[in-house]
Amino acid sequence: MADYPLTAESIKREIKRAGVHFVVALPDRVTSHYLLKGMLQDPDFRVVQVCKEDEGVSVCSGLYAAGKTSVLMMQYTGLLDSVNSLRGIAVEGKFPVCMIVGLLGKEPDVAPTKSNKLGVKIIEPILDTLGIEHHLVERDDDASKIVPAIEKAYKNSFPVAILIGREPR
Amino acid sequence: MMKRDEMLKVLARHRTDEIVVAVYMAAQEWIHICPSDLNYTFVGAMGQGSSHALGLALGRPDKRVVVIDGDGSLLMNLGSLVTIANAAPKNLIHCLGENGTYETNGSVPIPRSGAIRFVDLARAAGYPKTYEISNLEDWDRQLGTILKEDGPIFVDLKIEPGELYPENFRRLYDTEYREKFRRALQNS
Repeated sequence: MADYPLTAESIKREIKRAGVHFVVALPDRVTSHYLLKGMLQDPDFRVVQVCKEDEGVSVCSGLYAAGKTSVLMMQYTGLLDSVNSLRGIAVEGKFPVCMIVGLLGKEPDVAPTKSNKLGVKIIEPILDTLGIEHHLVERDDDASKIVPAIEKAYKNSFPVAILIGREPR
Repeated sequence: MMKRDEMLKVLARHRTDEIVVAVYMAAQEWIHICPSDLNYTFVGAMGQGSSHALGLALGRPDKRVVVIDGDGSLLMNLGSLVTIANAAPKNLIHCLGENGTYETNGSVPIPRSGAIRFVDLARAAGYPKTYEISNLEDWDRQLGTILKEDGPIFVDLKIEPGELYPENFRRLYDTEYREKFRRALQNS
């Protein structure tokens, strides 16, 4: 474990450092075992479980309107399923929906756009088309991207996606 | 059966400082019937009103949140009943304007129009309290209690179109009004 490149603890620590208290989530095979289950046990987080990812886009938006900071955790398949909500609510409605997205099946240290998995390969181009910034987190050093990404999203009232490139442990 | 605008006028009479989330036709009418900076209409995608309302209710547990959902909308986000029941916000009142059609999209009937027991769906999902109301007198009589009870509460309101109101999409979706809402809520 000592040599494993990405820890759940580093991601959790940075999400806390960004002042996030609400975690809106649908289990994602990449992040659920070590990260989401850890958050469910952590009194610093209020985890709101949703049945479908586009609900999560709206719950995060309602929380923002109520003055609260949140992240939406989901698998890339959920992002694909939520494109209309991301378009209509987060982008056109300018809500700072901060997504933590597991790229299930992405090959280690391969850029998402070079993945052999179609679903993984199309995520960044879709986010680019929507005008949503994205940041790849695949190693502990990358976790330092999380706080500035969330702060920028709230400052500009615009969504952002943190793409988790391998299972954090 | 209640005329929608008459149903909304009753809600307006009972409203004090509640946040009201309204969608589609109800939103277009509500902004005329009960103008307020605490009207939240920035739903952005069909079916999502109840989920925005959940975020608002969790973010401000000290405020009552009333959502006026549509039946076509709810069918598009039926899982939100389970999500809301699981989160169990005491301050959320989930009203359904059941008109049996996709009224905004050409008044085509919803699947099983008139034959779905929405209160049964809500109860099975875990809403502790549900109401089914089809006339203005009952709505007027019960609303005072509904607005004070612990939620989440589900209220199926049998409605039909009433008077026509001018559409104002700018008020419904412009971020300027969303920011006004945020400021008003912050000061409320």
